[in-house]
Amino acid sequence: MAGWSTRRRFVETTAALSGLLAGCKRQTSAGVEEGPRRIGKPLRPYGERSEFEKAARALPTTKILEVGSSFTPLAETPGIITPSALHYERLHSGVPTIDPAEHRLLIHGMVDRPLIFTMDDLRRLPSVSRICFIECAGNSHLGYGRRDSPTVQLSHGLVSCSEWTGVRLGLLLSEADVQKSAKWILAEGADACKMQRSIPIEKAMDDILVAYGQNGEALRPEQGYPLRLVIPGWEGNANVKWLRRLKVVDQPYMTRDETSKYTDSMPDGTAREFTFAMEAKSVVTFPSGGQKLPGPGFFEITGLAWSGRGRIERVEISTDSGTWQDADLSEPRLPMAFTRFRLGWRWDGREVTVQSRAIDESGYVQPSHEELVAVRGANYEYHNNGIRVWKVNVDGTVTDAAA
Amino acid sequence: MRLPKCAVALICAALAAQSPKYGVGRAPAAEEIRAMDLSILPDGTGLPEGRGTVAEGRDVYARRCARCHGANGEGGDEPKQAPLVGGRGSLKTPKPLKTIGSYWPYAPTIWDYVNRAMPLDRPGTLTHDQVYSLVAFLLHMNGIIGENDVLDAKTLPKIRMPNRDGFVPDTRPDTGKQAKKPAVKTSGS
Repeated sequence: MAGWSTRRRFVETTAALSGLLAGCKRQTSAGVEEGPRRIGKPLRPYGERSEFEKAARALPTTKILEVGSSFTPLAETPGIITPSALHYERLHSGVPTIDPAEHRLLIHGMVDRPLIFTMDDLRRLPSVSRICFIECAGNSHLGYGRRDSPTVQLSHGLVSCSEWTGVRLGLLLSEADVQKSAKWILAEGADACKMQRSIPIEKAMDDILVAYGQNGEALRPEQGYPLRLVIPGWEGNANVKWLRRLKVVDQPYMTRDETSKYTDSMPDGTAREFTFAMEAKSVVTFPSGGQKLPGPGFFEITGLAWSGRGRIERVEISTDSGTWQDADLSEPRLPMAFTRFRLGWRWDGREVTVQSRAIDESGYVQPSHEELVAVRGANYEYHNNGIRVWKVNVDGTVTDAAA
Repeated sequence: MRLPKCAVALICAALAAQSPKYGVGRAPAAEEIRAMDLSILPDGTGLPEGRGTVAEGRDVYARRCARCHGANGEGGDEPKQAPLVGGRGSLKTPKPLKTIGSYWPYAPTIWDYVNRAMPLDRPGTLTHDQVYSLVAFLLHMNGIIGENDVLDAKTLPKIRMPNRDGFVPDTRPDTGKQAKKPAVKTSGS
């Protein structure tokens, strides 16, 4: 206590002094204050970003905000990790408030040993961490038909990348002793609508995580606190949040979110179902829609690439609507994770288009918008991984080239 | 002491089963599983007891659903929520209208979703009878069942939805050198 009161006196005295002297400060030529300086802010238990930083998720304009999506400001997140506070959200029934001490995960169905785990149980088990992206199947969904998203945040912001920590789902299923005839698992969330998705058992045994950690701390509430599935490379909707139950079964349950929604309409009236993998995709985040270049000269073109089928092998950039050149890929270059690409560029002040295309380790080349629409038609809605073309106008403004 | 035969068999089966590697977690009581296990297969397995009529459904719909989905299931303006009625024959057109009637492949999963997630502001508050009634009303509005049909765990799974065979497997990649041929519709799948 003596230490505290001494410190208080010191702070108060300093504050009074700096107030007195505030009128006397002078600026050096470099803009740095000389003479007596105001002491900065104290230590604090949980940090916040600088008051000057304003990057924020974009919210929909609808009245009900317990359902729908918010978009990550991709042009304002350097590197490959999305800050947890800016990870895109997708809600079907609001964010539940869950006390981790009360939370349970039930594994049952076609297993010889049904199990219930507490959060403490799960933390005792061998854990793994991996960096991977999660992308909503509906990311860039306006792209097939109308193409009117003015910024990369609104056109591509339903994808984010985090480091996730948890237990391998395969480990938990082995503990429960899955029966040979099992083919699927039904995953269920603890949100108000108890959302369900069916997932093939092969993927469940392979690389799915039952995650409790995100970027060095517990999951954010809107990301499924205290427990969620993380399914590397697969559409976001299947990564069930607030995970409370896994039923091992022999067939998919054909739930609303795998039939009525998240199915892809083809021109012949059929719809593809269980289109899980998010295919290779990239987008230039600078220069991108809504930005303005101050004038001709040097800039670094940069952006993000990712593939649900493995590593990004190459990203090519075109600034003349025709020829492609390789961008530099920054390490780490991890499978099913964001890969940052960069390319130095000199803008001559003329109107140009800027676009990128990703090639993943399977050899798959990110298609153009026209290639996609030729096969899928304009009503496909989900899984749009087409190339995005930005136009840099002579006044430096950047717009959607297709608008 | 002699064990009954069935007990011996149980012990042998237990020994034969693979033992857990970590032994963390506990066995749930049957009642714990029952309390959480509301899972309804597309063939209706898992549907609970209860029954509902179109007339009752019309009443529940007006009170609990019409505010968002429109008086006749046509969808609302603001807040804009899914249309539930119509769209038959529109899936091949440039403007497909996806509704319960035109798109949804299995009748029992409508029951599951309404029961699970609706109404939006208070999910889980409808009684089983109310959910059966709502499904009856919506199927009737879509011209799939008659005005006097009664729905329960036996009759609901017998309804064949118009778009039952409208779904095909994922055949991506569908562009570039790796492109596979698109899947074709197979009847009765």
